[in-house]
Amino acid sequence: MLEIKNLVAGVEDNQILNGIDLKINPGEVHAIMGPNGSGKSTLAQVLAGRDGYEVHEGEVLFDGKDLLDLAPEERAGEGLFLAFQYPVEIPGVNTTYFLKSAVNAVRKYRGLPELDSTEFLKLVREKMKILELPQSFLKRPVNEGFSGGEKKRNEIFQMAMLEPKLAVLDETDSGLDIDALKAVAEGVNRLRSPDRSQLVITHYQRLLDYIVPDFVHVLYKGKIIHTGGKELALELEERGYDWIIKEHNEPVTA
Amino acid sequence: MSSSTDTIDKLVKNEYKYGWTTEIESETLDAGLNEDVVRFISAKKNEPEFMLEWRLRAFRHWEKMAEPKWPHVHYPPIDFQAISYYSAPKKKEGPKSLDEVDPKLLETYEKLGIPLEEQKMLAGVAVDAVFDSVSVATTFKETLQKAGVVFCPISEAVHSHPELVEKYIGSVVPYTDNFYAALNSAVFSDGSFVWIPKGTRCPMELSTYFRINARNTGQFERTLIICEEGSYVSYLEGCTAPMRDENQLHAAVVELVAHTDAEIKYSTVQNWYPGDEEGRGGIYNFVTKRGLCKGPRSKISWTQVETGSAITWKYPSVILQGDDSIGEFYSVAVTNLKQQADTGTKMVHIGKNTRSTIVSKGISAGRGQNSYRGLVQIHKNATNARNFSQCDSMLIGDQCGAHTFPYIELKNSSAKVEHEATTSKIGEDQIFYCNQRGIETQDAVNMIVNGYCKEVFQQLPMEFAVEAQKLLNVSLEGSVG
Ligand SMILES: Nc1ncnc2c1ncn2[C@@H]1O[C@H](COP(=O)(O)OP(=O)(O)OP(=O)(O)O)[C@@H](O)[C@H]1O
Ligand SMILES: [Mg+2]
Repeated sequence: MLEIKNLVAGVEDNQILNGIDLKINPGEVHAIMGPNGSGKSTLAQVLAGRDGYEVHEGEVLFDGKDLLDLAPEERAGEGLFLAFQYPVEIPGVNTTYFLKSAVNAVRKYRGLPELDSTEFLKLVREKMKILELPQSFLKRPVNEGFSGGEKKRNEIFQMAMLEPKLAVLDETDSGLDIDALKAVAEGVNRLRSPDRSQLVITHYQRLLDYIVPDFVHVLYKGKIIHTGGKELALELEERGYDWIIKEHNEPVTA
Repeated sequence: MSSSTDTIDKLVKNEYKYGWTTEIESETLDAGLNEDVVRFISAKKNEPEFMLEWRLRAFRHWEKMAEPKWPHVHYPPIDFQAISYYSAPKKKEGPKSLDEVDPKLLETYEKLGIPLEEQKMLAGVAVDAVFDSVSVATTFKETLQKAGVVFCPISEAVHSHPELVEKYIGSVVPYTDNFYAALNSAVFSDGSFVWIPKGTRCPMELSTYFRINARNTGQFERTLIICEEGSYVSYLEGCTAPMRDENQLHAAVVELVAHTDAEIKYSTVQNWYPGDEEGRGGIYNFVTKRGLCKGPRSKISWTQVETGSAITWKYPSVILQGDDSIGEFYSVAVTNLKQQADTGTKMVHIGKNTRSTIVSKGISAGRGQNSYRGLVQIHKNATNARNFSQCDSMLIGDQCGAHTFPYIELKNSSAKVEHEATTSKIGEDQIFYCNQRGIETQDAVNMIVNGYCKEVFQQLPMEFAVEAQKLLNVSLEGSVG
């Protein structure tokens, strides 16, 4: 599904990612944890193709295609979705209109016919139920005046609508109350299937109780320094990152 | 990976979609302006004496005036003697119905997406189509007649309602007002005349499509709308012009008069040829639009969506004379390529408890320069006057400019005037967010800009709002979205 090989990237003169290797197979859920500023969001932005983030080395294959060669909207069309850590507001643009444009743009890319209003609204209702979103969401401008938690739920709602092959969730759990957390996890889990994968960035093992990962990676200074199973998250919760960082540093000093 | 600035650059380079010239035999006067030309125009229209006298007074005044230099726009000097001041489609006999209208004309309208027949049927909109200088088709006359509404070319009103024309023409915009108003008064070709009788709600939206056609012909429209006590009208003005080489001057005058409890809603969608990337060949649009809230509780709203012209110089204004009267100005102005716009409004509060609202959204792309110039004037007796102004500017790319010149003159301390202004670059993060959802940059820009202008579009009549959005997309596409 996704294969990242020796990815070195940064913003302007700052090198932030220092050689990342990561392979995600279809159906797998990977979690990325790591201290603030270690490069988690940067990785997500580079995968999504944000302007200003430069790749100096390495390659990323998505379903065998060179991901880095595609424009951001093409990556979305290929089935990559990013739930933003800080979703932006688009004043005056109604959420329904935005969503319909997105869904149909992606369908067009995939060679599928566009959904008409009836089909679209049917899909909307179905997905809204899962996330327990109020109907009034749809009429409001995209994210404008949404609470932090509402924005995050809106991200997952959009994900549910777009049904991506690979969803990257950047701290979607932060700022959520416990019910919202469950709703979000439910949305994510519904999408789980043998041919879909997820990359979940989080600081808290709590989310991983609901979205159970196959692998947990620790990102530190732009490198994955440790990988384990789901029990690693629990261990990190108890012991913090110091011990891993020490282990990582020792071979260097030795 | 191309940077999104590049992408925006590409988007901004759009070609004008309505560039063609209809071949119709025109009767065109040789270039130049003198008293004889004024007399010729008046004679052509068989005008009553008062009209000719007024034109001549205006002309003599104009000769003593100089072009205004204060707007934030730049253009080579205009040779007013190189312009032809009269052009009319040749007609055998005046058309009595649409069937008699030159099919080529109708075709032109169709290309612009305004098939008269269809509009008549579907939208219930009466169209007084102005092709170059002479009105060629007027529809829905009968329905309007039943309501007692007068909607006709002003050249006709001069004959059918001379007392109204004589009373009101120049009463809101006197020919002494400014250089272009004086010029227009001397040589105005034609335009619309609307009179709504007391207590009448005009049964349909009135609409005029303007189109500049004859080569090198200045266009001098004159519109006069009068709403008697307790009446209401919504008037729509829209236009597109064919592509051409020379700059074309357009100096229109619009005068509105709202009596006691009357309301006039005037909406404009303006899409004249903006010129090429260097600004060559675009229309110069120097317009004087002013409304007079003459009676108590009267109301005048201007809504405009300006996407065209090489240079726009335009300040639809309201004089709030009647107590408790209301003035509104909602504007979207787009400048792209090398377009320059200096536009805004004047709200002149004279009566007590008068209120005004100004919402201006400027969008600059390419190398466009967009200036908002607004004056809020509160006179001595305007107790409790209120104004709220909001002027937002959006920049797309980094070669364009936005400027705001708000002026406030307060002569009554009970007045409350609020001004808010913002300037922002179109959000790269917003565009990226849309991209990440699969939406292409062009569409994302369209969406974001349309959202930004929503407050203004909401003021437009439904069909017009749709058209305005399309226009915005066209002018941002290759220009903006
Ligand atoms: N646009 C930028 N310009 C300069 N530095 C940047 C930029 N974006 C990120 N950085 C820096 O790169 C480093 C990694 O940032 P990133 O946002 O990827 O961290 P993170 O792991 O997501 O952190 P958090 O857990 O706080 O979300 C930080 O030191 C940050 O300041
Ligand atoms: Mg982060």
